[in-house]
Amino acid sequence: MKWEVVIGLEVHTQLTTQSKIFSGASTAFGAEPNTQTAVVDIALPGALPVMNKAAVEKAIQFGLAIGAKVNRRSVFARKNYFYPDLPKGYQISQFELPVVEGGAITINVDGVDKVINLTRAHLEEDAGKSVHEGLHDGTGIDLNRAGTPLLEIVSEPEMRSAAEAVAYAKALYSLVTWIGICDGNMQEGSFRCDVNVSVRPQGQAEFGTRREIKNLNSFKFIEQAIAAEVRYQIELIEDGGKVQQATVLFNPDTGETRAMRSKEDAHDYRYFPDPDLPPLVIGEDWIERVRSALPELPATMQTRFVGVYGIPAYDAVTLTASKALAAYYEATVAAGADAKLASNWIMGDISATLNREEKDISASPVSSEALAGLIKRVMDSTINNKTAKDVLRKMWDEGLAADAIIERDGLKQETDTGAIEAIVDAVLAANPKAIEEYRSGKEKALNALVGQVMKGSGGKANPAMALELLKKKVG
Amino acid sequence: MSLSLDDVKRIARLARIAVTDDELAASQTQLNRILTLIDEMRAVDTTGIAPMSHAQDMQLRLRDDAVTAADRRDAFQAVAPAVENGLYLVPRVIE
Repeated sequence: MKWEVVIGLEVHTQLTTQSKIFSGASTAFGAEPNTQTAVVDIALPGALPVMNKAAVEKAIQFGLAIGAKVNRRSVFARKNYFYPDLPKGYQISQFELPVVEGGAITINVDGVDKVINLTRAHLEEDAGKSVHEGLHDGTGIDLNRAGTPLLEIVSEPEMRSAAEAVAYAKALYSLVTWIGICDGNMQEGSFRCDVNVSVRPQGQAEFGTRREIKNLNSFKFIEQAIAAEVRYQIELIEDGGKVQQATVLFNPDTGETRAMRSKEDAHDYRYFPDPDLPPLVIGEDWIERVRSALPELPATMQTRFVGVYGIPAYDAVTLTASKALAAYYEATVAAGADAKLASNWIMGDISATLNREEKDISASPVSSEALAGLIKRVMDSTINNKTAKDVLRKMWDEGLAADAIIERDGLKQETDTGAIEAIVDAVLAANPKAIEEYRSGKEKALNALVGQVMKGSGGKANPAMALELLKKKVG
Repeated sequence: MSLSLDDVKRIARLARIAVTDDELAASQTQLNRILTLIDEMRAVDTTGIAPMSHAQDMQLRLRDDAVTAADRRDAFQAVAPAVENGLYLVPRVIE
């Protein structure tokens, strides 16, 4: 039987505020346990929450960025459950009336665009953290994270493969970091994904029973966890079993998912409007102010890159992976580099080296101006592409400009026909067989000799010129 | 709508309230009385009336995003039953 996979994502993005959503305690990561807590965060009786304006503003930014409806009136609700890292016994969240409803994000998988619709995004507070290691007895509770503002972003179940789910998570990640509402630090838990997965026979209209994989904090884990979960569900059904609704955890070490709690003892959260917090009202003028301050968004920028720079859509998507990368590209072109060459170099050698050294583009030792300087020497045929790669490596390590390295190492391409002719003659004399082949109609026979000419010139010959000369001489 | 004894047991467990068997029946009667009242309220025609989420007609007050709370861990933890390494200690939690 052919199976169809159905996936929906719930992503918790930590908002970049200085203070917590309902108290004046700091949200900075990594402080000594419980040193960043106010009376509200530790739930002292009578302590009342006061909403952080910046958290609301970031939710509005997000809503506008995905073309969603920003609700002029939304309501905070109590989600009730008992856990030691939640001292109030309830989490303040939004239920019936969230701050953001609808909206969409376009993803691209294998060159095909697909629109993923969003259900909602709502504001809520994070819980504290449980510590199980290094204590004599029991579990330790650190409430520094309690009350950190989160925007929970819920998608419709519209993804049909792990690749689509990862593409969606990456597009969402790129957007929230782009507009600056989330710092995107996945190791510190700033962007956490819950993934709902179900399978159904191809062509069936109803959804299968879903299981929810909790708390995935890397794109690789999302992909692996979905693959494992899909395998598990299909095998179970094919063996005559039935999927039970459950919450599961993914273990990266074993590559398997394991049920955390089944439906029988699933939480019943008994949501109700929080009497401590009257409705959140967002005025038209506030929304307009936020709208006018929004930066150019990735999708708009991609269209502009294709139109203005004439680069392929694929390049435009890659170059707008982050705001910093896009700025680097634009600065390189502005400094005189050819738009397509700049794109090739940035997506190629620059990105590869940054990846290898685990650096961000903002920490690149080769500035956009320096890269443009190198590309210009390729454009005016001072050096060929292969030499340019070596020059870039030296620029990277030594921090020198392209011209300085070309001058110092004598890498200027040999365009003196006489000098190359001598090398061409020598190569031809050593390869009579290739000449035969060429004369008998095998056009490509001479291409193999270009490499030898290049070698003979110490890489300084112009490959096009070398081929030209070879052809002329064999005639 | 009325609650069965099992419903009452489940609600008590969710609220982490220990209810004896004697109390269970009494709780059932009392809760069902409240639900009857809610049923009466539901019977009122509310067509055209906007749902209310708060008893008072006011809107949420917003504060500027600034760190104003000082570290008062020592004072807070002075009344905690058990602490270690700056952490509040609770009975071991196994998920």
